[in-house]
Amino acid sequence: MEQLKKTPLYQQHVAAGGKVVDFGGWALPVQYSGILEEIAAVRKQAGLFDVSHMGEIMVTGPNAGDWLQYMLTNDISKLVDGQVLYTMMCYPEGGVVDDLLVYRYNADKYLLVVNASNAEKDWQWLNEHVKDGVTLENISDDTAQLALQGPLAQQVLQKLCKEDLDDIGFFYFRDQLDLGGVKALVSRTGYTGEDGFEIYCQPADAPALWDAILAAGDKQVLPCGLGSRDTLRFEANLPLYGQEISRDITPLEARLGFFVKLKKGDFIGRDALARQKEEGLKRRLVGLTMVERGVPRTDYPVYDEADNQVGHVTTGSYSPTLDENIANALVDSQHIQEGTKLWVGVRKRRLEARVTKLPFYKREGK
Amino acid sequence: MNIPQDRSYTKDHEWVKIEGNRVTVGITDYAQQQLGDIVFVENPMEGDEVQEGDSFSVLESVKAAADVYSPLAGVVVGVNEELENDPSLINSDPYGEGWLAIFEMEEGTEIPDLMNADEYAVFVKEQE
Repeated sequence: MEQLKKTPLYQQHVAAGGKVVDFGGWALPVQYSGILEEIAAVRKQAGLFDVSHMGEIMVTGPNAGDWLQYMLTNDISKLVDGQVLYTMMCYPEGGVVDDLLVYRYNADKYLLVVNASNAEKDWQWLNEHVKDGVTLENISDDTAQLALQGPLAQQVLQKLCKEDLDDIGFFYFRDQLDLGGVKALVSRTGYTGEDGFEIYCQPADAPALWDAILAAGDKQVLPCGLGSRDTLRFEANLPLYGQEISRDITPLEARLGFFVKLKKGDFIGRDALARQKEEGLKRRLVGLTMVERGVPRTDYPVYDEADNQVGHVTTGSYSPTLDENIANALVDSQHIQEGTKLWVGVRKRRLEARVTKLPFYKREGK
Repeated sequence: MNIPQDRSYTKDHEWVKIEGNRVTVGITDYAQQQLGDIVFVENPMEGDEVQEGDSFSVLESVKAAADVYSPLAGVVVGVNEELENDPSLINSDPYGEGWLAIFEMEEGTEIPDLMNADEYAVFVKEQE
């Protein structure tokens, strides 16, 4: 563990019995009390995650907005101050550099929150394309990030905060909120499919904030590891870079076309994506539910009735929330119809599955 | 860490309980903790012939699948079917209701490299 990067909450993880592992070069807990318990807590109560490994890049200057509009697939011009947008950043060929959140402070100031595993690559990519009137600043090392997720998230966070959290709508944020003496940026965003907040603060303040949230939770908020986070995002059909999307898988193939605005004007990847759309997609992401007993896993092959391989599993798992074995799979487009029978190669066997409707899980009232 | 005295242990963190030619096999408390919550078990079939080192069972946690390797050569004569309904028995009672399989060995077979409970306790410490 010595050579691994540590977040400001490392001591909290060790002290509370987190099972700390090498997570892409970061020493982070894969679990605390147990993945099943943590998933149930987030779905029914609330869970607290350390996601300080995420990358944060500040983009400022008079041309920041126009430049981001060209770098990213979603329509940045629609954002108002205090709003957050989910978007892809693509290669000219249409594959994905990364998926990220854009926070608009004002017309000349934006925060990009990127995947930890892509943070260096993104930083290079952005710098290769940067233009006059745009300044980039990598603030990853100066930023801690906590995620409080679950139906009780607001009630718990409200105990630390005088401002009414009802004022922060879905995919909006407030900067410089006072959370029990800690200044933080709070957005109503997340990666679990539940209501909740992502909270950004100074690294030095993170341990106190972590402890304060758990104390305010009064045992209703469980510290959670990244193992549960991955299953939660998968159940809610949120993509993971490197699995559902990658340099080789376009957002259109991954059913993320909603976040690609082909009519907004020019952007990197637009021509390739417009062509792909026009020519028709050869493969698409589908949801699979296992009919026969067995757990599908990433990269397991997928076969049609004639035993031809027609795709592969991008993410697969037992879903504790649904009590079913489910998968995302990237398959040839003739097999995407709901109800289609497909077979997953699980070790030496072919196990029957059905194409099912996505998302697998959607919280009530949403 | 619970390590009962009434059986033997392997370096793969399995326990074996030998009664004549019949050997019951399961995984240890340490192994179940390392795997985390087990959510799926692929059992062997009765009558399967297994060589030493063969994978005879697959235990899956939420995040990963783990093979269980046979410490002996033999024939599967008993399978814990209850695990298919409730895989968490391996977590809650690894030495009891969470047993995996019963093997029958040929007369006079010896299982190599077994440790007693005290030796296994030392072995686990060294792993940590």
